[in-house]
Amino acid sequence: MSEEERFDVRLIVNGAAHDVQVPARRLLSDCIRHDLRLTGTHVGCEHGVCGACTVLVDGVAMRSCLMLTVSADGTEITTVEGLTEPDGTLSPVQQAFEDCHGLQCGFCTPGFLTTITAGLRTNPDPSEDEARELIGGNLCRCTGYQNIVRSVLRAAELQSARDRATLAPAEGAGVAQSEGRA
Amino acid sequence: MKPPPFGYSRPESVVEALSTLASLGPDGKVLAGGQSLLPILSMRLAAPHHLVDINRLAELDYVRSDASTVRVGALARHARVLADAGARAAQPLLAQALRLVAHATIRNRGTTLGSIVHADPSGEMTAVLALLDGSVRVAGASNERQVPAGEFFRGPLESAVQAGELAVEASFPALAPRAGTAFVEVSRRHGDYAVCGVAALVEIDVDRAVVVARTAYLSVSPIPLVLDLCETAGDFAAAAALARERLDPEPDIHASADYRRHLAGVLTERALRGAHAAAVERSAHV
Ligand SMILES: Cc1cc2nc3c(=O)[nH]c(=O)nc-3n(C[C@H](O)[C@H](O)[C@H](O)COP(=O)(O)OP(=O)(O)OC[C@H]3O[C@@H](n4cnc5c(N)ncnc54)[C@H](O)[C@@H]3O)c2cc1C
Repeated sequence: MSEEERFDVRLIVNGAAHDVQVPARRLLSDCIRHDLRLTGTHVGCEHGVCGACTVLVDGVAMRSCLMLTVSADGTEITTVEGLTEPDGTLSPVQQAFEDCHGLQCGFCTPGFLTTITAGLRTNPDPSEDEARELIGGNLCRCTGYQNIVRSVLRAAELQSARDRATLAPAEGAGVAQSEGRA
Repeated sequence: MKPPPFGYSRPESVVEALSTLASLGPDGKVLAGGQSLLPILSMRLAAPHHLVDINRLAELDYVRSDASTVRVGALARHARVLADAGARAAQPLLAQALRLVAHATIRNRGTTLGSIVHADPSGEMTAVLALLDGSVRVAGASNERQVPAGEFFRGPLESAVQAGELAVEASFPALAPRAGTAFVEVSRRHGDYAVCGVAALVEIDVDRAVVVARTAYLSVSPIPLVLDLCETAGDFAAAAALARERLDPEPDIHASADYRRHLAGVLTERALRGAHAAAVERSAHV
C-alpha cells in the first residue's frame, strides 16, 4: 500500500511553535499526545461525550478528539500543561481543585481544568447553577461532582483575588503619580 | 478506534470549495465542525475518500437578521448563533432550541447548518427549520437552489444535499408580531440527545383567538415531523391528545414506543402553553 499523504501543520501549543507532518486523519488529541508528547491531555471516549480531551483552541474550549490536526493548522492551543504559571505556581483553577478535592483518580481532570479556565474567562463570577452548567459536558466517575462544583466557585474566588493583587500595585502607582502631579 | 485514511483539502473560498467538491463528486465529503462526522469516522461507520474542510470559509461565518428572516451561514457555530442578539430578537426559537443542543464545548465547534444537513431526527435544529418552514440554500459548482424544509429532510441522516454540493445558508423566518414559540424536551441528562422533544409555534389574532398552533417533534419519526393542531382552537389538552393519535414512534434502547408517545403528548401541551403565553406577552407590545 502506498504511504499515506502527510500535511505540514504548525501549532502554537502553550506558547511554543511546533511543526509537525501528519496524515489528514490524525486527531488533534493524538497529535498532542503522540507527536508532541504532551500526555496531560487525556483521551477517554474518543467520540466527544466524556470531555477528558478538552483543550483551548484560540482560547475556546473544544474537544481535541473531534478535531483533525490539519484543521487546527495555525491555531494557538492551550493544554493542561499550559495552565500552570511559568514559575510553577498552580493556576487558580488547579489550586481550587487541590483545595476542594476536585479530583480522585485524576483521569478526567485535564478536561475539567481547561473547560473551567475558559468558562471563568467569559463568566468570572458564576452562580452554583452556572458552575453546574459549565461542567455539564464533562464526565467524572469518582467524585460525584460536588467537589468539582465547589472547585469552580473556589477558582472564581482565587482568580479575582489574584486579579486584585496584580492590579493593586499598579493602582497604587497611579495614585502616587497623580498625587505627585498635583 | 481511529478514522480510516482519507484525502483532505482545505479551500480558502466558496468558489474553490465548490469546484473541489464538483471534481470529487461522490468521493467528496464536507467537513464542517466535525462534531457529528468525526465520531462517525472514528467509529468507522463511514469511510469517505476525501474530506473538504470548510473551516477556512470565513465568508460563511455569519448570522444576519432583518425584520423577515434570520440567515445563518454554513460556518456559524452553534455558540455564535445562540449568542447573537439580533437572531434572538427576530426569532426567539433559535436560542430556545440551541441551548438544548449538546454542551457548550460541542457548540463551540459544531455548526448550526451542519446539524441541519446531518438530518438527525433527534437534532433540535432540524425540528426548528421544519416548524418555521425555513429553507436551505444549496450550491453546486454551476447552480444554486433554495430548498424548503418540507423537501430538505429525506430520511434519518439523509438530506437533499447531493454529492458535489455545499449547503451555504439556512434561512429561518422571523417571528410574527402576535406569535410565540417554545422548545421543551426530555433527555436522560441535560445536553444528551432528547428521548422526545417538541417545538411549538402559536399565533393569536387581535381578539386573542388562536390562529396558528403548530408543533414539531424530535426523536419520534425518521424525519422532523410537523403537526398542525390549530383545529383544537386553543384547547391544548385536546391538542396533546390529537398529537398522541397522529404520532407513531419507534421503540429503541432508550424508550419504548408507548413511553415516547406519552412524552410527546405531555410535551405537546407544555410547549403549546409556553408558546401561547409568549404570544400573549408579545402581542401586548404590538
Ligand atoms: C457529545 C455530543 C452531543 C451532541 N448532542 C447533540 C444534541 O443534543 N442535539 C443536536 O442537535 N446535536 C448534538 N450533537 C451534534 C452537534 O450538534 C453537531 O455539531 C452537528 O450535528 C453537526 O454539525 P457539524 O458542524 O459538527 O458538522 P460535521 O460533523 O462536520 O458534519 C455533519 C454532516 O453534515 C455534512 N455537512 C456539514 N456541513 C455541511 C455543509 N455546509 N454542506 C454540506 N454538507 C455539510 C457533513 O458532510 C457530514 O455528513 C452532539 C454532538 C456530540 C459530540
